[in-house]
Amino acid sequence: MESALQFFFTYKEAIFIIALSIFLGIEVISNVPAVLHTPLMSGANAISGVIIIGGIILVGHTDLSTFSLNLVLGILALIFGTLNVVGGFAVTDRMLEMFKKKKK
Amino acid sequence: MDKVLGELNGAVYTVGSTLLELSYLLAALLFVYGLKLLSHPETARRGNLWAAGGMVLAMLTTLLLHKNADGGGIPLANVWVILAAIGVGTVAGWIISRRVKMTAMPQLVSLFNASGGAASALVALLEYPNAMEGDINSILVTVLGLIIGTVAFSGSMIAYGKLDGKVGDVMKPFMTYFNLALLVGLIVLAGYLVVSPNPPVQMLWAIYLITALSLLYGVTFVLPIGGADMPVVISLLNALTGVAAAMAGFIYGNQAMILGGILVGAAGMILTILMCKAMNRSLLNVIIGAFGGGGASVQGEEGNIKEITLSDAAVLLSYSHNVVVIPGYGLAVAQAQHIAHELDTLLEGKGVQVRYAIHPVAGRMPGHMNVLLAEADVPYEKLVEMDSINPDMPNVDVAIVIGANDVVNPAAHHDPGSPIYGMPIIEASQAKNVIVMKRGMGKGYAGIENHLFFEDKTRMLFGNAKDTLQKLVTEIKNF
Repeated sequence: MESALQFFFTYKEAIFIIALSIFLGIEVISNVPAVLHTPLMSGANAISGVIIIGGIILVGHTDLSTFSLNLVLGILALIFGTLNVVGGFAVTDRMLEMFKKKKK
Repeated sequence: MDKVLGELNGAVYTVGSTLLELSYLLAALLFVYGLKLLSHPETARRGNLWAAGGMVLAMLTTLLLHKNADGGGIPLANVWVILAAIGVGTVAGWIISRRVKMTAMPQLVSLFNASGGAASALVALLEYPNAMEGDINSILVTVLGLIIGTVAFSGSMIAYGKLDGKVGDVMKPFMTYFNLALLVGLIVLAGYLVVSPNPPVQMLWAIYLITALSLLYGVTFVLPIGGADMPVVISLLNALTGVAAAMAGFIYGNQAMILGGILVGAAGMILTILMCKAMNRSLLNVIIGAFGGGGASVQGEEGNIKEITLSDAAVLLSYSHNVVVIPGYGLAVAQAQHIAHELDTLLEGKGVQVRYAIHPVAGRMPGHMNVLLAEADVPYEKLVEMDSINPDMPNVDVAIVIGANDVVNPAAHHDPGSPIYGMPIIEASQAKNVIVMKRGMGKGYAGIENHLFFEDKTRMLFGNAKDTLQKLVTEIKNF
């Protein structure tokens, strides 16, 4: 019991963020019409590409003077992350464009 | 930028690092705002762009302002390497997203999801040796990020393969137990790693083993899941990628990553639950996969199949007042959305009211049918959700079922032994006449007989949906 309380106190900020983000995510998304299920999923998918920030930090502070497996994997992470971000947002836009077109 | 502003908890902070944190706050707000706009048809496109703007902002400020623990910024040479990598990803992502056919959208979403999962897994893998010795929290989030990211990656790759028809369903009775054992093994190994007093560098063998087991788990977890359950799995994998990104956010103490990741995780979870509800099944049931195999359902009373000729179908449709089209995965496979729209405009020209009834899990991802029909320019006022169309079904003269099966199967109401018993369906059997377009008498993905096909008012039109619709359109034009 005591250690659980300690854990909460030590990481209280993180726990606050998680709890509120989950609530926010649920509030923002609920009651979305079925028409938008796919674009919403693919747009959210693109947001999960935020991992690219991690990739930038990682490769940004990797020593370039020696060739290392870490560098290669870091670059790979960056490429994958960008693919997720750019592809995700672009394809969502393309889908939503179709929804728009026929509204006229 | 390097001007020191003050000191907090023993560490100095500069103008640059303060601006960086501010930009992360702004990016996080843009994600929330974008997602909010994305959930309304009028504003969805703007929402997507706002979220993308947040992402670009966070990327730029990280590149310019991020400092490591020693206060060193990102060296110029590294900036070039990063820009080159981002350039490659951008070009590839852009080309793929422009070229892909709308019918291939579920595969594409899975592929992008796999690539996000892979990025999270790689970041966690590379950061693990830097995790602080004895700091349970930092090791925990790294290991969780690795496991979740890897499972999302290999799971999404299998989902991609299945949706693209490259990988079949593999369901062996022992797989449930195998997966359970694998999952328990993973958790035990991860727990050992987290509480182990050894420094991370000495535990690399365990981290590689975890990576390998997670890769395997992603494969064996998605392999047995049937095609009809794909919408649930895709949403779930989507949620996992978000959570993996959030874990990486904890590694760096980066609030934008944490908030963005959790937001996606929550949104993905909601879609998953919505899809499960639409099938009246629990998530656990989908994952363990009781579908398909349990075909102990009533077989005896099959009765007769009655076919209809194209000209009879043309006459029937032309003299109707009220027609409802019920599309399913077969429509997507045959890429028949454009010709379906041609049929509905032709009939509207004859004064027939035509609507489309969309079941929430029709197709292979949430909202699949809506995207396809939007591509074919079907106005979205004509797309009616299941709950709104069902009360009106008895007034419908003809229900045309195109490549759908389980979502119109009355066994969901009548047959407690059926695997889909209790699933809400579109009440096609309430319509005055039913025309079913189907490739053959094969069973649906759930592998269950559909008594709708044997009813007196049901007529079958066998063949590829696109060809059949094409012939039907010609027939009506000549009529």
